[in-house]
Amino acid sequence: MNAPNKSGWKPEMTADGGGYGPATHTGNRALMLDEALIFEIAGNDTTGVDLPEVNPAMPTRLGGLERKADIGLPGLSEPETVRHYTRLSRQNYAIDLGLFPLGSCTMKHNPRLNEKVARMPGFADLHPMAPNSTTQGALGVIYELAEWLKTLTGMPAVAMSPKAGAHGELCGILAIRAALEARGDARKVVLCPESAHGTNPATAAFAGYEVEDIPATPEGRVDLAALEARLGPDVAAVMITNPNTCGLFERDFRKIADAVHAAGGLVYCDGANFNAIVGRVRPGDLGVDAMHINLHKTFSTPHGGGGPGSGPVVFSDALAPFAPLPFVEKTADGFVLVEEETAREHHKQSFGRMTAFHGQMGMFTRALTYMLSHGADGLKQVSEDAVLNANYVLRSLEDVLYAPYANSGPCMHEALFGDKGFAEGMSTLDLAKGLIDEGFHPMTVYFPLVVHGAMLVEPTETESKAALDQFIGALRSVSERAIAGDESLKTAPHYAPMRRLDETLAARKPVLAWQDPAAD
Amino acid sequence: MRYLPLTDTDRSAMLDVIGAPDVDALFVDVPPEAQLDGPIHGLPMHASEMAVEKHMRGLSKQNLAAADAPFFLGAGAYRHHVPASVDHIIQRGEFLTAYTPYQPEIAQGTLQMLFEFQSQVARLYGCAVANASMYDGSTACWEAVAMAGRVTKRSRAVLSGALHPHYTEVVKTMAKFTGDTIADARPSIQPKPDNSGLISRIDDETSCVVVQYPDILGRLSDLSEIAEAAHAKGALLIVVNTEPVALGAIKSPGEMGADIVVGEGQSIGVGLQFGGPYLGLFAVRDPKHVRQMPGRLCGETVDADGKRGFVLTLSTREQHIRREKATSNICTNSGLCALAFSVHMTLLGEKGLRQLAAENHRLACLAADKLAAVPGVSVLNDAFFNEFTILFDGDAREIVRELADDRILAGVSLGRLYPDVAEFKGGLLVAVTETTTEEDIETLCSALKEKLT
Repeated sequence: MNAPNKSGWKPEMTADGGGYGPATHTGNRALMLDEALIFEIAGNDTTGVDLPEVNPAMPTRLGGLERKADIGLPGLSEPETVRHYTRLSRQNYAIDLGLFPLGSCTMKHNPRLNEKVARMPGFADLHPMAPNSTTQGALGVIYELAEWLKTLTGMPAVAMSPKAGAHGELCGILAIRAALEARGDARKVVLCPESAHGTNPATAAFAGYEVEDIPATPEGRVDLAALEARLGPDVAAVMITNPNTCGLFERDFRKIADAVHAAGGLVYCDGANFNAIVGRVRPGDLGVDAMHINLHKTFSTPHGGGGPGSGPVVFSDALAPFAPLPFVEKTADGFVLVEEETAREHHKQSFGRMTAFHGQMGMFTRALTYMLSHGADGLKQVSEDAVLNANYVLRSLEDVLYAPYANSGPCMHEALFGDKGFAEGMSTLDLAKGLIDEGFHPMTVYFPLVVHGAMLVEPTETESKAALDQFIGALRSVSERAIAGDESLKTAPHYAPMRRLDETLAARKPVLAWQDPAAD
Repeated sequence: MRYLPLTDTDRSAMLDVIGAPDVDALFVDVPPEAQLDGPIHGLPMHASEMAVEKHMRGLSKQNLAAADAPFFLGAGAYRHHVPASVDHIIQRGEFLTAYTPYQPEIAQGTLQMLFEFQSQVARLYGCAVANASMYDGSTACWEAVAMAGRVTKRSRAVLSGALHPHYTEVVKTMAKFTGDTIADARPSIQPKPDNSGLISRIDDETSCVVVQYPDILGRLSDLSEIAEAAHAKGALLIVVNTEPVALGAIKSPGEMGADIVVGEGQSIGVGLQFGGPYLGLFAVRDPKHVRQMPGRLCGETVDADGKRGFVLTLSTREQHIRREKATSNICTNSGLCALAFSVHMTLLGEKGLRQLAAENHRLACLAADKLAAVPGVSVLNDAFFNEFTILFDGDAREIVRELADDRILAGVSLGRLYPDVAEFKGGLLVAVTETTTEEDIETLCSALKEKLT
């Protein structure tokens, strides 16, 4: 976190966002360095690698398909390359810089031991189709991680290959459909609450289901009675996030699961919020049939500016036989990879294959390293601290920010606020941009859809009390400005590398690749 | 516990503010029967950095790293030298520990990088627009088939027999659930791909034709005639590329009339990593198809001062806006792998990529000649880039296993890829890159000679 400014000096913020001082020749402002595109600074002849010159006289066997025209790829020397990307990197906010309170995204610290382990040559420099005898350690990692995930969730089986959370959701729903089809039961409907992540309805629709809403109670939980009334022979599954995206634990989850099972359906749990309960509650005890686990959330693998993720899916006994290929099995002769060929003997009901190889090995090594570091006791402490931090934020701000579910019991690992009480014309977006000026990444905004101008704050266990206090102070101050109608919020951010960007223009006239202006 | 900053004093001060007696009170909504009474049984307790590193190093030592053996594996994942600066840049915390760039004013680093990446991929593929990445080549391939269905409003995809069999499996698995019909075939073991056979399978119901280039056996052929035949029937041509380095030497798919080009980007910057994370590339030749594309797109715009900047755009195609009507359910993709690709491609540039491709091809030609000289071995391919198929009388799978015991990673046997096809038993895919030495090639040749006599 930032050191407090002892002198009390603060930058002058003017309503028009000015106050930058004199114009500079370059347009840069000291360490605020603008950077051109590689296409604008590089030439076709520059390169940052040393390779043999192409010998045009060398005969080729390319079937007469030689690429003759220029490709148009810019090249830079190594120092130019390092500088280009270092300059770009400084225009990014990151968990390494400070609190990153994106709700449902679990931006926790990414331990550097994980990075070191993932780069060990035995893991990083290993081909996915190398003979099993040369990959026993890698298969061992997959097996060991699978055991951890099964134990932490209390579920008997896990599919490791899904590449990210949404891919895991798809894996779970496909297994559900395969299981229903195997019993000749062609159900048509998947039920999702309105508060669900967009990936839930998108996944169910992909798998050929009609999606219907599950009603919620005024306190922000699934309406059990309404759900029971809707269940019937056409409902294939429910998809429920627990803890839900309003930050609440679904108290009736077991009853929901029992009702769904009694009606012949199956229960998908979106595991995006597993960080709230890891080590304290096992989803298997709640009647879940399938749940994906975002290793890039709960188990600390880095988000990388939008991936890669990793989304293993745990299964109940009812779904385990339908899990996708490939997977790792332990035999007397060591670990074996069960692929299409060997699966025929003892995994005939598998619904198929989701990806070319075995999943996100680079994320498996990181996640297993994280789990071993924390252990059973540490993971329990993780969820407790994550929940404690979120409740501390909720109770410290509920007097100034509208908290729609403040009376629904303690929140879990995220605190939900709405824009009620803001001055006319002030929006959640304005508040978010104001937080940027305070040196924070904003929380998740306008999600979940059930709360007007929603702000979902997930501090995670990574934050110290001092860091939380500074964030709470900043959010309180920006909230007060939104309530008071401070016009300078409408033009925020003022101190970011960029002012507010015109997203409408980007969509109306899409420019999605660089065009050489000289070519026009 | 080194990753947890709260002290017990902090915790009790915070509980006071919350008004809760202890942390258990915060879990009051969890039914008692689902509450564990202590740390989960059956797992170890927390461990020091030193102890964890030792455990993981032990597991890593049980693998034979590619660098430690003569290495000839490919089949959709290739070993290339990745410059040291690539790994340095992707480990910068500002890239490594950032989220998806939803707040563009403080994510221009990621966004500008994605715009540059999209531009590089579009040029490499000979296309107008590329997206900000998919999970990997196989899932990008399926997404392309699904997109072709949306564009043509048809649901019969024709797959070349020489498409990677795992890609075929992924497409067939997904199609089972969407109701698409997939017409697939087996590759013919011929020096040239069977393009006329493929063309004869295109009909008026066909949404797309899916062709791999270079194909699974390493073969090359001009795709223009397939493009013409597909277009004549109102179908799209999808070209799948699993070795982007090849496109530094051979014509781009876009040049030959491909409508959608997808592929695996792992060769540039990403590394082998036992199969993941990899990098799905996805591009379209005609900008009119952009609104049917899956995944994220980064676009140029201006800020309130009129300064150029970049944002994620056209998100009305995506799940977080469109929900059940989205073009795909994809959310998190392969951002950091896209960065690795883009940095490596910037270091290469036009010149370096062409040199890299030429060096791969030179060594592959050398290896093909040397292997063809081994008694009992023949090279199938008329044309190839850096991977080709050799045939011999024997069980290639068995030989691969035996050579692995001698610390030679000989290639991917066709028997592993096509366990059902008896005539493929003596087939071996051999990949050669700039990391292969002439000594490695000699070692493989003498080992095969010994096994086959």
